[in-house]
Amino acid sequence: MTPIYGFSKKCYCLQMLNEFYKGSGILKTMSYKEQWFGNIRADILSGIVVALALIPEAIAFSIIAGVDPMVGLYASFSIAVIIAFVGGRPAMISAATGAMALAMVTLVRDHGLDYLLAATILTGVLQVIFGFLKIARFMKFIPRAVMIGFVNSLAILIFMAQVPFIFGINMTTYIFVGVTLAIVYILPRFFTAIPAPLIAILVLSGIVMYTGIDMQNVGSLGTITQSLPTFFIPNVPFNLETLQIIFPTALALSIIGLLESLLTASILDDATETDSDKNQEARGQGIANFITGFFGGMAGCAMIGQSGINVQSGGRGRLSTFTAGVVLIFLIIVLGNWVVQIPMPVLAGIMVMVCIGTFDWGSFKYMVTAPKSDAIVMLLTVVVVVYTHDLSKGVLAGVLLSAILFAAKISKVEVRNKGLNADASNVYTVHGQLFFASSQDFVSAFDAIEPAERIIIDFSDAAIWDDSGVGAIDRVMGRLQSKAESIEITGLNPSSEKLVKTLATYTNSEENASQH
Amino acid sequence: MYEKILVAADGSEHSKRAVQEAVKMAKTNPEAKVTLLYVVDYGKARNEILHTQSPDELHLERRKHLQPLEDIFHSTGVQFETKTLHGTPGPTIVKHANETGYDVVFIGSRGLNALQEMVLGSVSHKVAKRVEAPVIIVK
Repeated sequence: MTPIYGFSKKCYCLQMLNEFYKGSGILKTMSYKEQWFGNIRADILSGIVVALALIPEAIAFSIIAGVDPMVGLYASFSIAVIIAFVGGRPAMISAATGAMALAMVTLVRDHGLDYLLAATILTGVLQVIFGFLKIARFMKFIPRAVMIGFVNSLAILIFMAQVPFIFGINMTTYIFVGVTLAIVYILPRFFTAIPAPLIAILVLSGIVMYTGIDMQNVGSLGTITQSLPTFFIPNVPFNLETLQIIFPTALALSIIGLLESLLTASILDDATETDSDKNQEARGQGIANFITGFFGGMAGCAMIGQSGINVQSGGRGRLSTFTAGVVLIFLIIVLGNWVVQIPMPVLAGIMVMVCIGTFDWGSFKYMVTAPKSDAIVMLLTVVVVVYTHDLSKGVLAGVLLSAILFAAKISKVEVRNKGLNADASNVYTVHGQLFFASSQDFVSAFDAIEPAERIIIDFSDAAIWDDSGVGAIDRVMGRLQSKAESIEITGLNPSSEKLVKTLATYTNSEENASQH
Repeated sequence: MYEKILVAADGSEHSKRAVQEAVKMAKTNPEAKVTLLYVVDYGKARNEILHTQSPDELHLERRKHLQPLEDIFHSTGVQFETKTLHGTPGPTIVKHANETGYDVVFIGSRGLNALQEMVLGSVSHKVAKRVEAPVIIVK
């Protein structure tokens, strides 16, 4: 099952080792050369398929961002080609994306393209810094509820951006959107060699051009330049004011870009059973955005959907990403005159498909089965994003709320009375985490307890985390002195016991030492 | 006699019955060995990763799918191995079956819902059509 990378017979041992690693859940890694040339034929073919699928998306995302289609097309070319060299996850497709486009709408509207390009460059700088700070390890602190909210709100926002192109125009528009959806969903059942969205574009553009139906097309929203991107420095004043304008957007872009890229990288790791370097990917995203800003492209990131198309078409190496970028710009240079003819309802229909693919349909079940706190965090993330139109704000709100809920959850400490033992000792069991947030509840739980000859406090199901916890035990011991002849503490785990022993001042501490 | 038996499963009720039938056949031959194949496609991998906090939780979730199926083998003492492959279910099962060469292949008749089946086509149908070995579709 290994020969995706065609090991020779000599490498039989290596192959066995690979099998072993796979079996044991350790992912294999490849040399950089293997990552490029280990899968040439399939990589080139899948790269071409991805390029075809990328074109409508790059144009649609440019329209969402409020810039010329070329800004998204140049970005997709430049980012894909650069990330092929410097990324950490082979076969992942990065280009202009909806998540990033949505975050730049306000900046573009208020300040124009040059500020967007400057923000793109700054995004690159920030992402490189995040990469060197090893941001990837912080990913695990982002709750899945927030990530589910992220993809759902992304799908909702992209859909909302399509509404003006679908609804309330005329009957022909509805028919075109409907036919597009029918083609993209039904055709792949019978024919998968050419991406269905491309077939929808070809057929429906042809119909419009042949019949001369009056319909908004890409050309009515922007122009297509049939040339390679060129290097230029964005025309913005280099001062603090500019930085103040672009920094908030750049920060949002860098966070959104890394979130989606690292999520996509994890999915590809699993789908291809190979490992990837997430910090290198973060730096790579930064380098790609940095350079792209100087070539007139908008900031981008990895794409879950396109990377899936690549992997499903057999793409495994860096060459597939590289091919996608090069073929894309080649097609634009050659076919630019035709690209402007793509009718907007067709593009909108394809975007509806992208939304349906992006939305996590398991969320409805999740709302019912997941803990209530998770469901609330997911909903909050969606609500904040849809309200602010900014994915990074939704993520921030979601992370904050889940952190608060988590702290609230673990700061619940419970004291239960087990009743009198045969030897007239009264046993109390403590359940939960004892630390600064729960220590006061712990102390007050002992306020109204009955006097007894012996009191035993059992900590088997509890852990003491800090000085507040130890202090609380100390205070409880002090208060109980008047209510019991002797007080015993049992079941402390070794580290808690060490904390209590070093810090507590209550009198019969020698008893707890012997109890363990 | 059937010796190398493949059963493709997705954890659904139909696939559970497919495993039971595979076990029935395996019991007739002491030499028989069953391969339990579980295929994760890209969309499923995406959803699973989105819904799990760590690779460890992902691992556990997948084990939960396979555990009831493996239990069927354990309770009958039939020799078996579990294999997880990534890819589109139909073609991946076909490729694995034809490359390894099984004597017989079992598959549940339906795992997907009606809409998915309309869009994606039936996996069992594809497998029956393209696998070279005899295929038993269990309903």
